[in-house]
Amino acid sequence: MSEPFWKRLTPGSVILEAGNAVEFKTGSWRAFRPVWKEENCIHCLFCWMFCPDMSVIVEDGKMKGFNYDYCKGCGICALECPGKKGKKAIEMQEEGK
Amino acid sequence: MARVVAVTGNEAGAEALRQVNPDVCAAYPITPQTDMMQRFAGFVSNGQVDTEMILVESEHSAMSACIGAAAGGGRVITATSSQGLALMWEMLFIAAGDRLPIVMPVVNRALSAPLNIHGDHSDAMGARDSGWIQLWSENAQEAYDNIIQAFRIAEHMDIRLPVMVCLDGFIISHSIERVEYLDDEVVREFVGEYRPMNPLLDVDNPKSYGPLILPDLYHEYKRAQHEVMGRVKGVVLEVASEFEKISGRRYGLFESYRLEDADLVMVILNSAAGTAKDVIDHYRDRGIKAGLLKPRLFRPFPYEEVAEALRNAKAVAVLDRADSFGAYGPLFVEITSATLHLDKRPFLINKIYGLGGRDFLPEHAGQVLEELKEIVETGRVKTIKEYIGVRE
Repeated sequence: MSEPFWKRLTPGSVILEAGNAVEFKTGSWRAFRPVWKEENCIHCLFCWMFCPDMSVIVEDGKMKGFNYDYCKGCGICALECPGKKGKKAIEMQEEGK
Repeated sequence: MARVVAVTGNEAGAEALRQVNPDVCAAYPITPQTDMMQRFAGFVSNGQVDTEMILVESEHSAMSACIGAAAGGGRVITATSSQGLALMWEMLFIAAGDRLPIVMPVVNRALSAPLNIHGDHSDAMGARDSGWIQLWSENAQEAYDNIIQAFRIAEHMDIRLPVMVCLDGFIISHSIERVEYLDDEVVREFVGEYRPMNPLLDVDNPKSYGPLILPDLYHEYKRAQHEVMGRVKGVVLEVASEFEKISGRRYGLFESYRLEDADLVMVILNSAAGTAKDVIDHYRDRGIKAGLLKPRLFRPFPYEEVAEALRNAKAVAVLDRADSFGAYGPLFVEITSATLHLDKRPFLINKIYGLGGRDFLPEHAGQVLEELKEIVETGRVKTIKEYIGVRE
């Protein structure tokens, strides 16, 4: 018989491996997904600043879309998005529709 | 050379903590513990210890700061009483669940309401399921000795659990008694250099404390915690035997007083045991076989050893200085569980005594022994649980 699984747990549930939250894909929690409308985007990066996770992809100072593996669909980006001429660059759409 | 001094229980506790010289102390004053932490804060101010003293705004914060400091990798202490321990409630479970070897003298005091500052065991009994190890102390000497041993038990690499050292408020904390102090170097050598386990301040090896553990693993972590408690008895005895070598004083899982051949047994915690022993001596002088069992390690509870010690008793009175309203007293429940598997169980009764600092007098012990005598003679228990020393 091998040692029971619980005997191999770190005392006090301490996680010894750094940065392993990346393995925990929280995107499945999402009920609404942010959809980026490039034509209305002024690349102010408010979405990137306000995102409580790190789900806004930015390259060379420009908004490039969302990382849906981690976006929980909180909608803060869509709320904060100033858009262009009254038209939002981020809209929340119900998943599965 | 050991010094013989006349000190209060709080003074002896503070002295033990000074000699250990912990890294961090986070504390909040509460009667009757105040005096112990005030003395310790004095040692900090006078440069007699290297401890970082954190003055916090509540006991909840005190225990929170202790948890952070212990997770950081320090040897950590605090002390409290009564409402303070109650306010620490949620953090106690976190200290134990995170396996942090914090040492905390608890100067036992009644809980409100009604408001009362005097000695009883309701505070520590309320924390019995928090996962802390509990050592109980009859007098200032035992409190001093238990505090020193608590560091070795808590910090043992097979244990890593927090320890409460209980002593009775006012009766012990504020009464002056003869105490033998060990030399500073002897204590320091005995407790040794602190060895951290997975310290947060080891920044080259980043780690996380206190993660969310869902139903897929929580049960397993609790199973592991249960397993660790199973190792505590052995470590307590191992540490006690080493402590005997430096002090000449012997400790076990509990104290047996004239118990070996006793027919009538009182089981009693902390200071009231002294009064009970004196009364037992008088009964022995009259040829009545009375004895006493005084638990020292209450968590984890040494069921097998206690059962063995009570095997030949005819009637046992368990005295509780705390009540579980609508149930039997907390110590009684343990003793009945321990003796359940004996082939021949003794008669068992439960007396609630001394709440809110009501004196436990020799006549109370006498009254209990008389009742045990009558139970053995008649073979009948009239009342299982009863208050004694109540004003009529």
